[in-house]
Amino acid sequence: MSPASATTAREDLLRGVWRENPVLVQTLGMCPTLAVTNTVANCVAMGLATLFVLVFSCVLVAWWKRRIPAEVRITAFVLIIATFVTVADMAIEGLSPTVHAALGPFIALIVVNCIILARQEAFAAKNPVGRAALDALGSGAGFTIALFLMGIVRESLGNGTLLGVRVLPGAFQPWGVMMMPPGGFLTLAFLLLTVRAWQRRHAARREAPRVPVPAVTEAA
Amino acid sequence: MDNPLMILLFAAIVNNFTLTLFLGICAFIGVSNKIDTALRMGAADTFVLVLTAVAVWFLNRFVLVGAPYLRIIAFIVVIAGLVQIVEMIIKKASPTLFRELGIYLPLITTNCAILALAVMQTGRGYSLLQGVCFGLGAGLGLTLALLLMASIRERLDLADVPDVAKGTAIVLVIAGCLSLAFMGFGGLFTAA
Repeated sequence: MSPASATTAREDLLRGVWRENPVLVQTLGMCPTLAVTNTVANCVAMGLATLFVLVFSCVLVAWWKRRIPAEVRITAFVLIIATFVTVADMAIEGLSPTVHAALGPFIALIVVNCIILARQEAFAAKNPVGRAALDALGSGAGFTIALFLMGIVRESLGNGTLLGVRVLPGAFQPWGVMMMPPGGFLTLAFLLLTVRAWQRRHAARREAPRVPVPAVTEAA
Repeated sequence: MDNPLMILLFAAIVNNFTLTLFLGICAFIGVSNKIDTALRMGAADTFVLVLTAVAVWFLNRFVLVGAPYLRIIAFIVVIAGLVQIVEMIIKKASPTLFRELGIYLPLITTNCAILALAVMQTGRGYSLLQGVCFGLGAGLGLTLALLLMASIRERLDLADVPDVAKGTAIVLVIAGCLSLAFMGFGGLFTAA
């Protein structure tokens, strides 16, 4: 591991997208990943809303880090998140009442999405504003991509459509269960399995000469 | 659907918070290793849920009337405060339980089930009694899901799980099967 100061801006941005993808590698933010991913449209809306909250709250935390006393920092972080979630909630309600209705209570639940608190605590509170913004952007993009993958699998198999447009032939009998709660659990399970298998193969191919490749760790 | 008993049953079984609505998944995956711990976690969750239901009713009735846009902020602050109180009580009353629950106790604050209860209760305009039943039902549902998962995982320790599936992936597959089973309750109360 190189020290944090040695990482480049590019790495700050790209780290969250794949290598430390918040959903697929760190298994954070599972609730929205499971709950609102039955159509691609919902995934995009949820991903963008979370991205918005993530970037703005991380920038604010990075900007105010010296003014927030360490003892109450978690409370302060949560309040900052809640403020931006309120903004996002009102914006979505104003822009598209249909999406607002589809996402239901899960917009308010962005407040308790552990990805945001994790990025603030682990990165934004210790780094300058610009890097915090890049890091948040990367993690938010990684989250959106993970949701998008879930949405593609669930909507195409469950309904035969993508973004409401039919993609599978009419003879295809949709697997209704994919649109329903069990489909969420199963899709995420297989997505995690795929990522894990890919990572192992990748690690084996690298054949680390000095230290054994550490097993994939998971934040519960 | 206004009957408090129906609300309780619906929240506990038909719309099970964890298995049907995907709320509280972190704790569901994190503390479902042992039946004992799962049961206690469920009890702590239920307690916080009921308290939250009462607190949210008061907030909606008396405090947030003129400022509905402060809802999310007010809810999360009240929930954080409640969890802090519960934490202090448990620490005093049962240090063993306090140690066992570990990090998951303060994390009840960010357990989405709690905030979801607050938001859904507000959206449906429940009365105090309805709200308490909703909270109780949600808590029982969470406990049931945790218990089921913990019982299966205790047996899973003896099973030969493929290396790549160990950890979260296999738990999610089991959760999927449980969720499939709970869908069977979907048509249970259609007549009501």
